[in-house]
Amino acid sequence: METVVAGIKSSFKNIYTGVWDFINLLIARSLRPEELKRSTLTALWFMFLTFPILVIKVNTVDNVINWYWARVVYLGVTVYFVSFFWRYFLEVKEHGIKAALDADPVDTSIADGLTDNGQMGALSARLMANKKFKTALGISLCAFAVAFPFMFSMYQTNIMTNALMYIVLGLGLNIVVGLAGLLDLGYVAFYAVGAYCYALLNLHFGLGFWAVLPIGAVLGATCGLILGFPVLRLRGDYLAIVTLGFGEIIRLVLQNWNEFSHGPSGIANIPRPGFFGIDLSLKSSIIYMYFIMIGLCLLTIFVVNRLQHSRIGRAWVALREDEIACQAMGIDKTKIKLTAFALGATWAGMVGVVFAAKSTFINPESFTFMESAIILMIVVLGGMGTIVGVIIGAFMVILTPEYLRGIGEYRMLIFGATMVIMMVFRPQGIITSVRQKYKIMKDKT
Amino acid sequence: MEYFLDLFLGGLTRGSIYALIALGYTMVYGIIELINFAHGEIYMIGAFIALIVASVLTMYGLNMISILLIASIVAVIYAAAYGLTIEKIAYKPLRKAPRLSPLISAIGMSILLQNYVGIAQTKDFIPFPNLIPEFAFLAPYKDTIRSSEFMILITTAIVMVFLTLLIKFTKIGKAMRATAQDKQMAMLVGIDINRVISFTFVLGSSTAAIGGVLIASHIGQINFYIGFIAGIKAFTAAVLGGIGSIPGAVLGSLVLGWTESFATGYISSDYEDVFAFSLLVLILIFKPEGLLGKSTTQKV
Amino acid sequence: MLRKKSFILFVLITVFTGLMFMGCSEDPATEAVQKKELEPIRIGIAGAHTGELASYGLPTVKACEIIANKLNAKCGIGGRKIELVIEDDECKPEKATNAASKLVGEGVHMVVGHICSGATKAALGIYKSSNIPLMSPSATNPPLTQSGDYPNFFRTIASDDAQARVEVEFAVKTLKLTKIAVIHDKGDYGKGLAEFAKFFLENEPAAEVVLFEGITPGAVDYSAIVQKIKHSGAEAVIYGGYHPEASRIVMTMRKNNMKTIFISDDGVKDDTFIKVAKEYAEGVYATGPKDTSTNPLTIEAIELHKQAYGKEPGAFFLNAYSAMLAYVNAIEKSCSTEYADVTAALRNEWVATPLGIIKFDSRGDAIGVGFSMYQVQNGNYVEVE
Repeated sequence: METVVAGIKSSFKNIYTGVWDFINLLIARSLRPEELKRSTLTALWFMFLTFPILVIKVNTVDNVINWYWARVVYLGVTVYFVSFFWRYFLEVKEHGIKAALDADPVDTSIADGLTDNGQMGALSARLMANKKFKTALGISLCAFAVAFPFMFSMYQTNIMTNALMYIVLGLGLNIVVGLAGLLDLGYVAFYAVGAYCYALLNLHFGLGFWAVLPIGAVLGATCGLILGFPVLRLRGDYLAIVTLGFGEIIRLVLQNWNEFSHGPSGIANIPRPGFFGIDLSLKSSIIYMYFIMIGLCLLTIFVVNRLQHSRIGRAWVALREDEIACQAMGIDKTKIKLTAFALGATWAGMVGVVFAAKSTFINPESFTFMESAIILMIVVLGGMGTIVGVIIGAFMVILTPEYLRGIGEYRMLIFGATMVIMMVFRPQGIITSVRQKYKIMKDKT
Repeated sequence: MEYFLDLFLGGLTRGSIYALIALGYTMVYGIIELINFAHGEIYMIGAFIALIVASVLTMYGLNMISILLIASIVAVIYAAAYGLTIEKIAYKPLRKAPRLSPLISAIGMSILLQNYVGIAQTKDFIPFPNLIPEFAFLAPYKDTIRSSEFMILITTAIVMVFLTLLIKFTKIGKAMRATAQDKQMAMLVGIDINRVISFTFVLGSSTAAIGGVLIASHIGQINFYIGFIAGIKAFTAAVLGGIGSIPGAVLGSLVLGWTESFATGYISSDYEDVFAFSLLVLILIFKPEGLLGKSTTQKV
Repeated sequence: MLRKKSFILFVLITVFTGLMFMGCSEDPATEAVQKKELEPIRIGIAGAHTGELASYGLPTVKACEIIANKLNAKCGIGGRKIELVIEDDECKPEKATNAASKLVGEGVHMVVGHICSGATKAALGIYKSSNIPLMSPSATNPPLTQSGDYPNFFRTIASDDAQARVEVEFAVKTLKLTKIAVIHDKGDYGKGLAEFAKFFLENEPAAEVVLFEGITPGAVDYSAIVQKIKHSGAEAVIYGGYHPEASRIVMTMRKNNMKTIFISDDGVKDDTFIKVAKEYAEGVYATGPKDTSTNPLTIEAIELHKQAYGKEPGAFFLNAYSAMLAYVNAIEKSCSTEYADVTAALRNEWVATPLGIIKFDSRGDAIGVGFSMYQVQNGNYVEVE
């Protein structure tokens, strides 16, 4: 017992001295003359760059010009400090921590831990390797997910449902972009198709949520095929722009064709999903919606995971890596591309139905290009081709702006900056996709 | 027939507007194969800088021509500086990253810049003074073409010719072509590809700023969001013409401008963008590399 | 592989701890119940506070702040302070439902907002099932009140069809025009209005709709649609939409030497329109809420705004101010913040506001609020008869 306590004590001491050394080295680095010079120059450059827009505020309506000199000073000071860290992290990313600090911290593992590769990594890896821990983590996650709507407010549940919807959307797009490598900028079109499918079928034929959910999926897939056919020959960014155009066409048709879609004023009073014919209060229907999304999410994760490791999934990856080699291997490129589009769109169609049921009102404004960009962002930010990555990406992209509500108009500014910073420092996404290795075990005889 | 001519001219102006932005797009794409979503924002920032400079100068009571000149020059310098900085911050560290990462970084940059201008300046539409003087020699034709339209047409033509010549006949142009073809190889023969890429951004951003000043003068108002919409259209035009090709960008822009103009005139403006995008899909189906794009065989 | 797992774990832990903190930090309802006597009156304000349409939403926040501050300085309403809960919806329906559920979660008693009709429609269901009255200063979409689906909805602005009727009657009866082009911006507000205008015009035997089309907001150039208007031989354009596009169409028309009369809506009856279009704005007609600038309450409201923020108020300021006054009056008269009492008081008690003396009809439209026609004359909007 005592040895354990002593061990813990000494390890704490180690960590303490380690952190202290690390900070000292960081300060020493920042005091190097060339660092000081570079930061000063960067600060001056940014002050020059932002000078007209930050300082001189023109109001051509009333012909007034206001000067805000303080702003540029704040900016200069901020940039001065930020640039230290910017360069430090860039160097760590490219040459490792030792090169960046120009010294070996006494206990590198501490410093490594701070930049995520030493002790902490080892610890969590050990934990993850442990089956018991894994099950425990899984169970506690499940318990948390189940308890969530009862622990937190309606608003929290609502935005969590939103995040879950984007997880499914992200996973769907992940099939097209992450696995098959086809850049799709018009994914939102299928989402719109699903949403309008429920709204219209309900309006004209009174079909319920559960009846439309599969219809939405099928319709999504069909639209995926319709888009897939003409773009079979296109590659890379040509494909991107055509899909973007497709997304816009769908939105514009919904906006202009009043007789069909009720135009820009949208469709209101879409019923929430039924629960065996019982009328649910707002709170319980929000919770119900949450659980529907949890279910849909699990289904998606299961299916996408199975797909990834199936013959089709392997074919997609082959297509992404090298189209010609893929054909040479005897894979039918047309069929594989079309399945990617169709299977990706299926999920968007389903989530569209859920979206219509959740918000009870839809109009074409919800399906703009920005929405496609956000879904793509989820996929890339989280790490293309990985399921966990997409989940984390969705939480980040959807929840960050919600929790940043407090800071009002700076919200989108910070959101944009976060995206740039994330990409610069972790371009492969939060989770790096690891190539699946298949081990063939020898028979032990 | 007069109606047709009016629509033709309208489409021509519109196309030239797209072209001024599309040129920058296509150059950046040609070099590093990146859809630079922040390019539209550079155009917007160029317009804002010109507006700010012009307002300050008007306060000091300068005459029209010098205001136009100084405002344009300052806008071009600043846009170039912004282009350079954006490349350095958001794209340069991503040279070796997966293909989609710079795209996301570009979208992030675009959101960042929009909100930066929106917060620092205003989120409302603000009027943009008409900086372009009325040309006396155009007075007899002022029912057909206005001087701002005329300026846009002329500038587009000049910029296109200038860029084509620059890329074809100068040393840096040669370096740009080499970098576009094969970065590794270009480095091996002694080309500083970082400088070439920076130069391309400076060039593209300057074009966008010129566009910003002229287009904002023509339209008469700006806000922080104009770059995004114009950017998407310009990108469409660049792809239509064959991305990476300078004359292609201009041709694509004009085709797009005419399509929209005639579709509005003879069919309905409700579906103007639908026609534009449908045309794009049709052309790409039959000519996947765009109107003037080079058909490259796929490398194995 | 090791690094990947560690990273997953790390991020998951961060995300969830973050979530827990977020969740724990708000639990206002239970706290408030304990101190019943001092429970503040919580009024939600929802609308576009960021994004493209922020300039339509922010004046509402200011109007509510002015009244709340004024009342709170004198110990609120019957000793209860007023607490404003402000939520942004960016005028997007999907964000509006989030904002609404957040407001409901915060335990607001009533809401001023939302600003855009689409966002309002999306959020209304949530308020309806939570029994919270909603009063919009600016959502003009007719079905909001006319469908009868939303007993909890009120508004201090007249609906679009009333506006379209004023426009059409003015064009046909007063100006005696026969050929009219109806143009809109494809938006919820603009297109809805244009469709009503078209409907009323078709019922007028004297007039004819020669063109009915939507333009794309934010497009770089409107010369094609202007040529089309010219080609159609229209004597007047009725435009449904907001001022940025309107000023560009008017400027393009005038620069092309077209004298076509331009009639538009209260999205255009904004001083920014005149300042942007300058001399080209002369002669443009636009409907707007009846002129109340001589009303002492209006003068007071604008004066208060100038004192607090140092400038003239923005769009829908007076409507929001009136909405807030109507709420305050309803709470005072009914001595309650309960849904049934407040809505009954809103429907039965007259209240003096900058818009005139108003109360609400059974569908939620304000009685005593209407539109009249204005024309730009010498750089100002002047009411015409």
